[in-house]
Amino acid sequence: MNRRLTHKVLLLHLSIVAGLFLAQFFLPEYHHTNLARIMVLATFAAGYNVLFGYTGLMSLGHAMFFAAGMYATGLSVYYLDFGALSAFFLGIAAAAAVAVLFGLFALRTSGVSFLIVTMMFGQACYLTILYFNTITLGDQGFTLSNNLAPLEIGQQQFAFSNPSVKFNGAWILFSISFVLSMVIAASPLGRVLVAIRENDERTKLLGYNTYLYKLMALVVSGSIAGAAGAGYALLFSYVGASFAAILYSIYPLLWTLLGGAGTTLGPLIGTGTMFYLIDIASGYTTAYLFVVGGSLLILVLWFPKGIVGSIRDRWIKWLP
Amino acid sequence: MKDQSDKKRFPSSDGIDVSKRSTIKAAAAVTGGLIAASTTKIPEFLYRSAYAAGSDKPIRVGFQVHRTGIGALYGRWYEQTTTAVTKLINEMGGIAGRPVEIIAEDDGTDPKRGAEVVEKLAAQHKVDFVYGTLFSHVVIGSAPRAGELKIPYFVVSEGYHVASGKLNRYVAQPGITDVRAQVTAMSSWVMDNLGKRVTMIFPDYAFGYDHRDFFSAEVEKRGGSIAELLAIPPTESSYTKYFPRIPADTEVLYHVMVGPGVLTFVKEMGEHFGSNRPEIFGFIDSLEGVDIATPGLEFLEGTYLWEGMPRYADGYPTEHAAAYRKAVGLDENGASVDDPKSVSANSHMFGCWETMFIIKEVVEKSGYKDPKDYPALIETLEGIPGFAEGLEHPQGEKKFVGQLHQSFGQQFISKVSNGKLDVVHRTTIADGMYEPEADYTTQPL
Amino acid sequence: MDLGPFLFLAFLEGTVTAFVLALTALGLSLVFGVMRIVNVAHGEFFMLGAVLAWVCSSLIESSALAGFALALFVAPIVVGAIALATDWGILKRVKYNPESTIVATIGLLYIIQQLVLSFYGPEARPVAAPIYFRVSFPWFGYSGYKLVVAVLSAAVLLASWYGISRTRLGLYMRATQQDMEMAQAFGVPVRRVYATVFVLGAMLAAMAGVLIVPVQQAHYLMGLDPLLLSFIVVIIGGLGSLKGTVVAAFVIGISDGMISVFFSPTLAKILATLLVAAVLVIRPTGLFGEDTA
Repeated sequence: MNRRLTHKVLLLHLSIVAGLFLAQFFLPEYHHTNLARIMVLATFAAGYNVLFGYTGLMSLGHAMFFAAGMYATGLSVYYLDFGALSAFFLGIAAAAAVAVLFGLFALRTSGVSFLIVTMMFGQACYLTILYFNTITLGDQGFTLSNNLAPLEIGQQQFAFSNPSVKFNGAWILFSISFVLSMVIAASPLGRVLVAIRENDERTKLLGYNTYLYKLMALVVSGSIAGAAGAGYALLFSYVGASFAAILYSIYPLLWTLLGGAGTTLGPLIGTGTMFYLIDIASGYTTAYLFVVGGSLLILVLWFPKGIVGSIRDRWIKWLP
Repeated sequence: MKDQSDKKRFPSSDGIDVSKRSTIKAAAAVTGGLIAASTTKIPEFLYRSAYAAGSDKPIRVGFQVHRTGIGALYGRWYEQTTTAVTKLINEMGGIAGRPVEIIAEDDGTDPKRGAEVVEKLAAQHKVDFVYGTLFSHVVIGSAPRAGELKIPYFVVSEGYHVASGKLNRYVAQPGITDVRAQVTAMSSWVMDNLGKRVTMIFPDYAFGYDHRDFFSAEVEKRGGSIAELLAIPPTESSYTKYFPRIPADTEVLYHVMVGPGVLTFVKEMGEHFGSNRPEIFGFIDSLEGVDIATPGLEFLEGTYLWEGMPRYADGYPTEHAAAYRKAVGLDENGASVDDPKSVSANSHMFGCWETMFIIKEVVEKSGYKDPKDYPALIETLEGIPGFAEGLEHPQGEKKFVGQLHQSFGQQFISKVSNGKLDVVHRTTIADGMYEPEADYTTQPL
Repeated sequence: MDLGPFLFLAFLEGTVTAFVLALTALGLSLVFGVMRIVNVAHGEFFMLGAVLAWVCSSLIESSALAGFALALFVAPIVVGAIALATDWGILKRVKYNPESTIVATIGLLYIIQQLVLSFYGPEARPVAAPIYFRVSFPWFGYSGYKLVVAVLSAAVLLASWYGISRTRLGLYMRATQQDMEMAQAFGVPVRRVYATVFVLGAMLAAMAGVLIVPVQQAHYLMGLDPLLLSFIVVIIGGLGSLKGTVVAAFVIGISDGMISVFFSPTLAKILATLLVAAVLVIRPTGLFGEDTA
């Protein structure tokens, strides 16, 4: 299988990036904000995909990275009057730091043990946010709209309440993570990660320090997830503990699986599909947990490779 | 496309060299330009398409309801009350002659979904107002979006979030007293009648902190003291181990719990103390939807509970309260007339009733026709000094503080006797008033 | 309260918690140990047991004891049937792949929760205890039913121990646990053992739900907490080790009571989850588990 950065691949990714950008001029208002939100969440899923899809490490604690980004950004704006950009980068740095610390510890395990360690850390992180409620304001959370100054680039001021700032902020965030995924997938690093996914022992025998590679994947994955969390806080102006709860560790897994783990396009397709599935279903039934549960089951039983994965298998073999 | 300083290139079978730095530079330039273009270019035309102001077009009220998640029990009763009050308003000729239509969307008691629901109601369903949220974190998660979309957002949450000034000018809570005022109103009665040394038990999350902070402040102010503060984690399912931490010199045990664990809490508290207990005062939030005569709750016998609006019909036997109860479908015991086992959340859901009537009042007073009249509508609301008791406000008179966007009303204290609740005291509006810390009227609309 | 009675209460409460926890975790531990899969819907089986207990008790309103007895009989059977269907319809099809199983059982978790929410409702409904009395100590009182729960749980645990160590099924289970392929070669019907273990695990969870519901209430979200606690117990105790599960349940049950007193209970929960992570990293076979290949 050739997964290298070919003309076709580059063209496909750039046209998706461009298409998403152009979408804002055509979409009606409601779908405009939806797409903005989907792109932020798809960034979260793209981060998850680096670890799960390419490296084969399933985590049930990714909400901790999302929350690390979200809280570092949110708290620095709320208490320290940080500007949007510095708060955003602080968010990424915090998520990366959490990922390094966590990885040094958790990557000694693998498979199901790794999964449970991630889950336990995720839960501990959630409880920690509740524990320091005098600072984090606990489950109730806080809003940033009264504290966040508009972003200034040159002469231009961009207020975060402006829908197109939201859209384009989300677009930049997603595009970077998307292109980064493409680059990783095509790079030697990506190929080592896939080798680890397929057979950790053999990769080790080939002379690769798989522990280091996994740590790298985890840090990249956690940082992207953290960037999504930071972006969410800035663009949607809310920081709360519910984003650290276990459900938000299950979501990126679900989105990635639905779209296709180990494909660059999967996270976006999965997040978008799930979003509209729930949105449309909630118009007919309150039982949307069924939709979540049912789609997980259907995926596992019949489409373990997800939407993009199945397309790749059947038709477009060159998809990265 | 060559950049000498960049050693690493991404290899490609076709021999394309994609240099990192130049790509990023180019992307940055393009992006910057495009954003600048798009922010200036995207006009208002996508933004809240003008509503054809036909006079008999219905007023559409978007109802953000907790149908699933931890708030589902409350959500069901909020929905039942909303349906009843909407029916009544339509029978009375609607709002400003226009029929009222409720568009309900489930928010899963989740702040993220809550914000999405506000967007959906505003942008897709083109509702005139969004209304009805209870859980504080959903209110706080949704409020920024309501403010950004500039759509009035009426919450029925009792949280101290609107009045704290943390939200924005588009959010108001005119139909129910906030928890700070409730707690302040309770404190003098508790101190005068039950005791001055208080141990507080509260859930270790935001709802509990409001109680912790405001009640303990009031206690200190009135010369009492706090013996112990016990925060219980939200996931707890057994409470016995906490009771030994209640100091022996506690005169009053103040409890406020929510969630499914509360029956256990009361039961285990009873088992722990037996007949040798301090005075106990609690908030009914714990027991909304729960029959006081449930086996295991015998221990509450002789203790006191705050009620926002009495559950039992004889607790506040006014003509208007009776009409409200009949319309919503409550029996004498505050349970559903169709199913006596289904007990209401009456201390909160009356707020839905009153809020809908307040929407009616401000729409009619401000001459609201369509979304361009929002500023007038909000200013009208801010100018209203209060609401008189009546069919529209069966819980009692309300004082409305425009700068806080918050109402203040009377509160009830009931004693548990013979497995039901007897109202023993009614606080006045003044009992709950506190120094305002916010002023929304200075914010731009 | 003085330290003495206080420790006594913590011990009492810890013991009761430990027995219930051991019972809840045992099913998870068996499934984990024998089949090497994690059943995330385990807590929902527990919840279903509690909800079915409510259904039974409202069928026979006249007698709490009769309703309880019926529930002890009905709930495990119904939940066992659901588990059998799950094994046949889902687990077998994903070939008991550990990661697929986790995703599938997360799906099952949501489906069960939604079903219960739709048909049973969002209320926390109480179920009367079959026998109720208050034990009064000089310093404090205690629920008599909780002591009964501890005794009943101990009985079920004992029966499970007998089943595992003295019967043919138990032998098959242990053989499968130690080496699935070897067991198969020696004629152990591994597929059937898998199905049986999965069903048994679910039945144990349901039984725990029935026992605990008079102390808690039946609520559609009540499954998550026991699931997390069971995880903690199973991991600290070692996979598939009955002895380890019981010992770990005691360690967790009693220390939880003690730690919550001296520190914040939220902090106690943070420490417990981190402890589990540490155990997994440092000693993956559990503190009390034997090293099995």
